[in-house]
Parts: sequence; structure tokens; C-alpha cells
Amino acid sequence: MIIQAFAFYLFALTAIAAGVMVISARNPVHSVLFLILAFFNAAGLFILLGAEFIAMILVIVYVGAVAVLFLFVVMMLDINFAELREGFLQYLPIGALVGIILVAELMLIFGSWVINPEAAQIIAAPSAAPAEITNTHALGRLIYTEYIYLFQAAGLVLLVAMIGAIVLTLRKRPNVRRQRISEQISRPVEDVIEIKDVPTGSGI
Amino acid sequence: MDQLLLEYLPILIFLGLAIGLSAVMIGASFVVGPNRPDVEKNSPYECGFEPFDDARMKFDVRFYLVAILFIIFDLEVAFLFPWAITLGDIGVFGFWSMVVFLAILTVGFVYEWRKGALEWE
Repeated sequence: MIIQAFAFYLFALTAIAAGVMVISARNPVHSVLFLILAFFNAAGLFILLGAEFIAMILVIVYVGAVAVLFLFVVMMLDINFAELREGFLQYLPIGALVGIILVAELMLIFGSWVINPEAAQIIAAPSAAPAEITNTHALGRLIYTEYIYLFQAAGLVLLVAMIGAIVLTLRKRPNVRRQRISEQISRPVEDVIEIKDVPTGSGI
Repeated sequence: MDQLLLEYLPILIFLGLAIGLSAVMIGASFVVGPNRPDVEKNSPYECGFEPFDDARMKFDVRFYLVAILFIIFDLEVAFLFPWAITLGDIGVFGFWSMVVFLAILTVGFVYEWRKGALEWE
């Protein structure tokens, strides 16, 4: 139990420290690396909650893919971030105002937030008790049968993301020389080589 | 619940050892290693002349496209894990539900293949 509490405070404090470093690091690449550290600690917190599957997905998807994407975006932007930060103090009052309004709104929301008492009846199927089966099993039993519409909708969202990424970023560049093997091997022999009958001793 | 966390105890110990060992290595090299900087040692060196500009340069947007397509298929595979281990419980309906999901994403895959998004010019 003590180890559990120790691990919780370790992960939570590191996550918060990494989050602070994400927004305060001077180099944006360092920010992304701290973001990865924050993801790892969030995965540790999920494991402490007993949500193994989400923790592993967090590591695979967020650390393995989303963070790499962020790195690409940071590298691709080609903005001088030191210049960007010059007016930081000048904009501080208005930024602080926006922040305070956001915090007030969040406090209002969480202050009046209650769980719907009918929620227990609304869910399509109860998940099994966590002690009996692993939570990957529990998810697998529900996602593909009880929540099939949401599952197929997730597939459609992924399809839209795929097509959207291609439409937005795929550019055909003209004048690019590339190897087209089918054209190469389908050329007729007459176009390519010429056989000359050279008389002995006279040259071409 | 505690049984679950007990399985992760070796990972926690490993994590502690890794953090401790890396801290010792960096700390020891910081404390023990000789450190006598001067102006010439600290100056940037780029083939004998002063560096012209920042090392950061624009990336081709194609790297981004490859990365985002990778994420999408990564998520698709993430859905396969719970399906694979519960296939015996969810039966034929669960099987075909995943086949429809894969078919939807195959539409996207055929689109990107035909568009040439996977080719590098």
C-alpha cells in the first residue's frame, strides 16, 4: 500500500513537473520530449487505477505516434521561437484574463456536475467485475457487440482522417524524374538499339 | 486490484534502478570529469567558419503524411487486440463486426494506394 502511494506521488509529481516544462521550455523540441515524459507518467497513473489496456494504448499511440507527429510539426514549422516569445510580457495581462475566465468556467462546470442517477440503466451492458477478468477482456466483450455502432463510427472517423490527411498534404510535383519500370521494359527494341553492319577495317 | 499491481512491481523496481543508474552515471561524470572551458572550446565549430544560420530547416510535408497514416493504422491495430483475445466469447457477430470495420479502413487504404500517397517521388 505504501509502495502504491509512493508510485502515485512519483508519477503525479513527475507528470505535473513535465507539464510545466512543456510550456516553459525555450526549445520547442525539448517541450515535445517533456510531453512524452508526461504521457509516460499518465500511463503509470492509469496502471495504478487498474486500467492496463488504456495505459498500454497511451504508450503505443501517444508516445509512439502522436509525439512523433508533434516532433514533425515542430520541425516543419521553421519558426524562430525566440522571436515569437519577445512580446510575451506585453500580452501577459490579456492572457492572464483569458486564463482566469477559463478557470472560473471550469469551476462552475465542476461545481454543478452530478452523475445522472439513471446512468446505471442507460448503459447498454454492464462490464464484468475487474477481479474476474482482465480489462482487455472486458473491453473486448463490449466493444464489438454491444457498442457496435460506436465501433463502426470510430472506423468512419479513421477513414475521414486518412482521406483528409491525403487531400490536405498530398501534392503532385511536376518535373520529377522517376523510374517507371513498366515503360522501360515495354519499349520496342527498334527504339532502343540499332544494329549496324560494320565492314571490316573501315569503322563507322 | 492489488494482484494486478503486484504484477507491475518488477517494472517499478526496474524503473527505479534505471533512474538511479542514469542519475549516478550523469552525476559521476559531472563531478569527476575534468571541466576546463575556455573561449575557443566553447565557440561553435562548423568546418572552420562561423555557422551561417540555425540548424533547423523546413521538413518536407510528406514526412507528416507518412506519420499520420501510420497513426491511423496504429489505432486500427489497437482495436484488434481486445478483439483477438475475446473472439471466443463474442462469436460470429463480433467477428463480422470487425470485418466490416476493417473493410471501411480498406476503402481508405485503397484510396491512398491509388492516389500514390505511399510513393516517394
